[in-house]
Amino acid sequence: MKSFAYSRPTRIGDAAEAASAENTLILAGGTTMVDLMKIGVQTPDALVDIGGLSALEGFEVGPDRMRFGALAKMSTVADDQAVIDAFPALSESLWKAASPQLRNVATLGGNILQRTRCPYFRDTAYSQCNKRTPGSGCAALDGGETTLHAIFGGSDACVAMYPGDFAQTLVAFDAEVTVEGPGGTRTIPFNQLHVLPGTDPQTETVLEPGEIVTEISLPVIPAMANSVYLKARERESYAFASASAAVGVEMDGDTVRDVRIGLGGVAAVPWRATAAEDSLKGQPLTEETAREAGRIAFQDAEPLEGSAYKIALGADVVAGALLQVKSRMGGE
Amino acid sequence: MSKSPPDLRRPGVSRRGFLQGSSVVAGSLGMAVGAAQAQAEQPSAEVRTIAITVNGTSRQVTVEPRTTLVEALRDTLGLTGTKIGCNQGQCGACTVLLNGARVNSCLKLAVMADGAEVVTVEGLADPTGDLHPMQTAFAENDAFQCGYCTPGQILSAIACIDEGHANDAAEIREYMSGNLCRCGAYPNIVTAIEQVRDSQQG
Repeated sequence: MKSFAYSRPTRIGDAAEAASAENTLILAGGTTMVDLMKIGVQTPDALVDIGGLSALEGFEVGPDRMRFGALAKMSTVADDQAVIDAFPALSESLWKAASPQLRNVATLGGNILQRTRCPYFRDTAYSQCNKRTPGSGCAALDGGETTLHAIFGGSDACVAMYPGDFAQTLVAFDAEVTVEGPGGTRTIPFNQLHVLPGTDPQTETVLEPGEIVTEISLPVIPAMANSVYLKARERESYAFASASAAVGVEMDGDTVRDVRIGLGGVAAVPWRATAAEDSLKGQPLTEETAREAGRIAFQDAEPLEGSAYKIALGADVVAGALLQVKSRMGGE
Repeated sequence: MSKSPPDLRRPGVSRRGFLQGSSVVAGSLGMAVGAAQAQAEQPSAEVRTIAITVNGTSRQVTVEPRTTLVEALRDTLGLTGTKIGCNQGQCGACTVLLNGARVNSCLKLAVMADGAEVVTVEGLADPTGDLHPMQTAFAENDAFQCGYCTPGQILSAIACIDEGHANDAAEIREYMSGNLCRCGAYPNIVTAIEQVRDSQQG
């Protein structure tokens, strides 16, 4: 690992100022960043460790809003009974991610900003990666391995996939992210935090230099109580999603009043399947309508050859998640 | 977080330019000494001395910022029971308890652990030499094959029970999945954990 300077401020203003310097990165849990530094993908001159900002560790599940400090640990939130009761999909999206050892360290704020697992991004033996080295090309698009790549939101410059689980829940349920930086505080709708790769795939979020995520919050809605995070992967546990869905449903008698569907493992950024949601509203929740929603969720996919399997798999995952929700609601 | 929020979405505001030249770490660096463990091509990094309690004993360790916790434990403190496997947080061989929680010590910078309490496999047996019940259970159930991953497995197994995630075999497997290396010993590891869980309940 390349040498770097290290600081651990105890005031957020100091952290934001320090993190604004050139080639300086913010360190929270470090579970992705230290890994990427070891393999030479990230080579900062300085790290600003925000682990001393203990005020960012708390969280609360209120009647109208849930608030999660950016330094809350994945394991702590996943195991919290109030979270499990109020919003099972959120808990599941956390404990089905990574391993217990990683979840004990990884923070919610760091989780939403985790970097892609694209093999060409992570392997510096490949000179081509527009995300790692702007302008160098894309090894995946140039005839490489494409089984792990985005089928939504990719571009001619980059088809890397956003790897997370938690973020699919956040995007489907209208989360907001509060950030604090050298210029003050602002709140960003979660669906505007990440940006599509376009011609500039090295820019992954709208965060400005020095801006630190301080809080993630969600408005409490009825669909949270009837929710599930279903994750299909190549082995039973401790693997990234081949396709996943965060789903929540609110019924009005026998028909769907509100439904939320976030997709994981398939897109360049956290992805919300709004057309599939629209197809269900006002309809009964049956295997037929669930399967139709799954089909619609993937009807606009643009897969490379290697990742075309995600269309059928993803449709099944969406349908399966909807039927799991129905089962949890006491349906058949 | 109560400062008045200027509209940062307004285009044309460059804080990067504004803040260039500000000192990142002024006043916070430890003493600068020779490059203890620095590689030849690297400039000497500043080192700093951290205090950690390892297996109940207070220790001071001088490290570079890039030194990982497992490197500090093994190379500086000589506690080689903790193993380095993948060194990328994927295999779990380096699992230790940090302030009571199991973590991958290969992904934790030692400086991040300043002031923390660490338990390694060397700290499990009691002072008389009696093994921890999980160590005994692993031995009784032959819950190892080559044994390299065993220290991390044992610490993770202890944590698995402490976390309340050892209720049945399926849950044990789920919550031991961060210890990827288990060769042919996996059923025996699950049995060992069940044995310790049951003895604690009984």
